[in-house]
Amino acid sequence: MLRRFRLEEPESVAQASELLGRFGDSAKIYAGGTELLLAMKEGLVQYERLINVKKLGLNQISAENGTIKIGALCTHHELELSPVIQQRLPSLLKLEQNVANVRVRQAGTIGGNLCFAEPHADPGTLLMALGAKMVAAQGSAKREIAAEDFFVDAYETSLAADEVLAEIVVPAPGANARSAYLKFGYLERPSVGVAVAFNLNGANVSDVRIAVGCAGPAPKRVAEAEALLSGKTKDEATRNLAQAGAIAGRAAQAISDLHGAQDYKEHIVGVLLKRTFQAAVS
Amino acid sequence: MATALTRRSDAQTIPVSFTLNGRLQEIDVEPHELLLDLVRDRLGLTGAKRSCDVEVCGACTLLVDGRPVSACTTLAFEVRGCSVLTIEGLADNGKLHPLQQAFIEYGGFQCGFCTPGMLLAAKALLDENPNPSEAELKHFMHGNLCRCTGYKKIIESIMAAAKKMRASA
Repeated sequence: MLRRFRLEEPESVAQASELLGRFGDSAKIYAGGTELLLAMKEGLVQYERLINVKKLGLNQISAENGTIKIGALCTHHELELSPVIQQRLPSLLKLEQNVANVRVRQAGTIGGNLCFAEPHADPGTLLMALGAKMVAAQGSAKREIAAEDFFVDAYETSLAADEVLAEIVVPAPGANARSAYLKFGYLERPSVGVAVAFNLNGANVSDVRIAVGCAGPAPKRVAEAEALLSGKTKDEATRNLAQAGAIAGRAAQAISDLHGAQDYKEHIVGVLLKRTFQAAVS
Repeated sequence: MATALTRRSDAQTIPVSFTLNGRLQEIDVEPHELLLDLVRDRLGLTGAKRSCDVEVCGACTLLVDGRPVSACTTLAFEVRGCSVLTIEGLADNGKLHPLQQAFIEYGGFQCGFCTPGMLLAAKALLDENPNPSEAELKHFMHGNLCRCTGYKKIIESIMAAAKKMRASA
């Protein structure tokens, strides 16, 4: 059962931000509700007001000026159906096709997923590897937050109390860009997720970005592992994958929980790093 | 109605007008009311079941504008202006839907608890993809759990219904 709350239905992002500022911790943005309502039903969180942002029209997806812009209120299903995502971001497409189940993909939004910052979520990890930026609106002002700086801890982002995530901006991958995301788990939510993105010119691997998620409290980039693959040939990078995977496993800050023991998750990070790299180069 | 009697005088209500199984339905809901409670407790349609209550099992599946949702975790006001289909609306004037007929013919259920959700999810799949591969079917249906039997007969039932529906389309 849900406790009573009042529903606010702002008509602009600025109004939503203003309501957040006015009501502070007693109000929460409500989008798809796939995470928030679960926590509220369990009584883990309680709000006097939910601010329904679904009418704000932030569900456009466009490719412009070398970027792909994704409205924060796009549902996972809308991302699956988007020709822009299908053509330009195949790794994100595959991820979105495999988020939870068909009902969650129908209701859940990418912005809600990112803002709730549930540790066992997929999109943040890949978006970090793709170099995405989050566009946050505060009143009529906007700022960009790099994915690396967006996730602070489990269920915690760097959004200010009255900031609203409006859009996700992903640099458009070039002709040589490769990326992949793989997850593994035996419960409903993944135990480990790993994303890689890099450029492949002939046999040369460059601009490697590696992110690991789900294992620890928040997705993390692993620069030390990236350095073992970047500027190498495909064969050299492949030989370094085991070492890079071990580093990424430790960097994941894996915790022992229902989804697996710490050392198990660290091992799986290494396995998935090899597989994502192989999937991306092939 | 019990819900109305316990409603506080200062409670916020939202008028919701929607199509339920083909008929216009107009009702006031409070913001925190869940779609599952609305259809089961206030509208008396008990085909959808509360089971896991966390969007995992699919027993509460309803179709909203043709797409499956977890009614246990959907706020009732969200169906404003939408078309909602529950299992009670799947048969056409007493004539079973081909999916229902196939579940009977192929033994697609035992206790029947998951069946309303299975049928509605399968309907959504076949409406968008009349000729799914078995892999596509499994991908679409993997969020609908059955705890009686295996999934073999359910898959057979849906594939048989798909074939029949294509033949009569």
